[in-house]
Amino acid sequence: MAVETPRAAPMIVCRDVHKWYGHFHALRGVDMEVNKGEVIVIFGPSGSGKSTFIRTLNRLEEHQRGQILVDGVELSNDVRNIERVRMETGMVFQQFNLFPHLTVMQNVTLAPLWVRHWPKARAEKTAVELLARVGIPEQADKYPGQLSGGQQQRVAIARALAMQPKIMLFDEPTSALDPEMIKEVLESMIALAKSGMTMLVVTHEMGFARAVADRMYFFDEGVIVESGTPKEIFEAPKEARTRLFLSQILTH
Amino acid sequence: MIEAQAPRPQDVLPPPVERYTILGWMYRNLFSSWFNALLTFAAVALVYAIGKPLLTWTFSQARWEVVSVNIRLLMAGQYPVAELWRVWLCVHLLAVLGGLSWGVWVRGYRLVGLIVLAAPLGLAAALQGGPARIHLVAAAIVALVAYVLGRVAGRRIQRTLITLWIVYLPLVLLIVNGIGRETDPLRLVSSNLWGGLLLTLLLTAVGILVSFPLGILLALGRRSQLPIIRWSSIAYIELVRGVPLVTILFMAQIMLPLFLPAEIKIDRVVRAMVGIILFTAAYQAENIRGGLQAIPPGQFDAAKAIGLSGIQSMVLIIMPQALRNVIPVLVGQFIALYKDTSLVAIVGLLDLLGIAKSIVSQPQFIGLQREAYLFVTLIYWFLSYFMAHLSQRLEVALGVGER
Repeated sequence: MAVETPRAAPMIVCRDVHKWYGHFHALRGVDMEVNKGEVIVIFGPSGSGKSTFIRTLNRLEEHQRGQILVDGVELSNDVRNIERVRMETGMVFQQFNLFPHLTVMQNVTLAPLWVRHWPKARAEKTAVELLARVGIPEQADKYPGQLSGGQQQRVAIARALAMQPKIMLFDEPTSALDPEMIKEVLESMIALAKSGMTMLVVTHEMGFARAVADRMYFFDEGVIVESGTPKEIFEAPKEARTRLFLSQILTH
Repeated sequence: MIEAQAPRPQDVLPPPVERYTILGWMYRNLFSSWFNALLTFAAVALVYAIGKPLLTWTFSQARWEVVSVNIRLLMAGQYPVAELWRVWLCVHLLAVLGGLSWGVWVRGYRLVGLIVLAAPLGLAAALQGGPARIHLVAAAIVALVAYVLGRVAGRRIQRTLITLWIVYLPLVLLIVNGIGRETDPLRLVSSNLWGGLLLTLLLTAVGILVSFPLGILLALGRRSQLPIIRWSSIAYIELVRGVPLVTILFMAQIMLPLFLPAEIKIDRVVRAMVGIILFTAAYQAENIRGGLQAIPPGQFDAAKAIGLSGIQSMVLIIMPQALRNVIPVLVGQFIALYKDTSLVAIVGLLDLLGIAKSIVSQPQFIGLQREAYLFVTLIYWFLSYFMAHLSQRLEVALGVGER
């Protein structure tokens, strides 16, 4: 075996990832490499497979062909591998998906207590710090239903961060929010990006992409149509489809 | 963050207050139109027409001695008189637990609490005397003292209390059933002698506590990915739901011994219990499945994404929400179970209703069915309503519909 150049292994490697829903070919050979600390923005029309793709990265969706490695662990039917990957990846959903029967504090401490087996004091201390970091330290004893959408989404970010993940996945985190709440969530995400977290974000918030994205991927019909830095994508998109889509979302 | 603009003082108004006089209230609610007034008069007339003869009969014509003479049979059936202290012991333990729980968890609701306390005292007043009277008063006092202690101790004893509740039913079964031989202080009392309210309550309690977890397992089984588990759960549920409870009770009496080796003899009470449990479990499985269907898929996603295992997400995330959603139907099913225990009379067990039936068929009590059945009705209603009340309290405590 040849001696490789000493270079940090990528956090995420996807090779020729395919996914079908019945006869519908949702992902048609997606290749991607994400290095540590990179912020990736994935965008594209609805039904383009971008959400499906990000959900394959912690195996909420199974891919049927190709290979996905997350932090060196291959995702397969091996349950232990899946559990390892899920411990290292946090995920934030469009609909927040907080646990409505638990308080904010319990939402955030649940995984550290039951998956990482931390003592309660440590889990709660971390939770308090995280809630302060996303700007809602005073809501710990409330239930999710008592919070605004923006606050719920920030709790969801804190909940995902509580496991101290190496990678954060965001699946349209601001799509279900009122305009004035989008800002508060994006601010938390920008702060997170600047702290050096590896992030994959499915979003149409082009301001966010411009501010912190290292690379952008444009998905359409289950394939990556185009990728590049925000500068390349916004100023000189190569593909007609990318140009058309950008013109649609940027003018409206 | 966007700061809300402070409203000017003159914008902030208190909500309008509606004040009624009694006459104003009556006008609004009873006589707001000529049709409403007519309905009001008709309702009053109806209540009078039904209420007057009922009250007259209850307090001047009814011969309640059929109840007071037979109270021991109605309460405990043919349970040996010498061993009745064991049943009383269970009652007093229940008073302790009930009082403590009321003090720790319920706190308020004094009126309901007083009614619950008044029941044994009222019964004591109606009796001619004897040890039962003393026991009933004692139980009420015990409950009251326990309530005060529970209030003082508060949530600190929560865990102990839950543990005590868990041990309570097995302990009661042990005390009532007894162990050992004739000469031992806690000698065996054959379940053929259990009867009356004692039997009804034991069938109900065991039925609820065993059918509930079984129902959860069946509901999960029906949603299982494994075909064998799924199919057998579906087959079981649909089979049992397609058969009347009476049939299942008969089958349990006659068929159960066929499936078991000849040397194992199961007594009739246990056979009835098994029948009731198997029946209720099938219905509860469907109720619980309904609760599971209502959980948004996002909850499963979120539980997986934070790394919980399948069992952890079921126990910590999915089941608590699913069960909370269906508290009314679950409790409804349990109330139905409580009332359905009266069907065991058909297979020859003397539960509350069975005993009442056999009492009124005795020559000296002929013609007193109304009194006996009304008493039995009241007991059924009392506990059913109490269960319904607890279920509502539970819903409020768990914030159903609010979060």
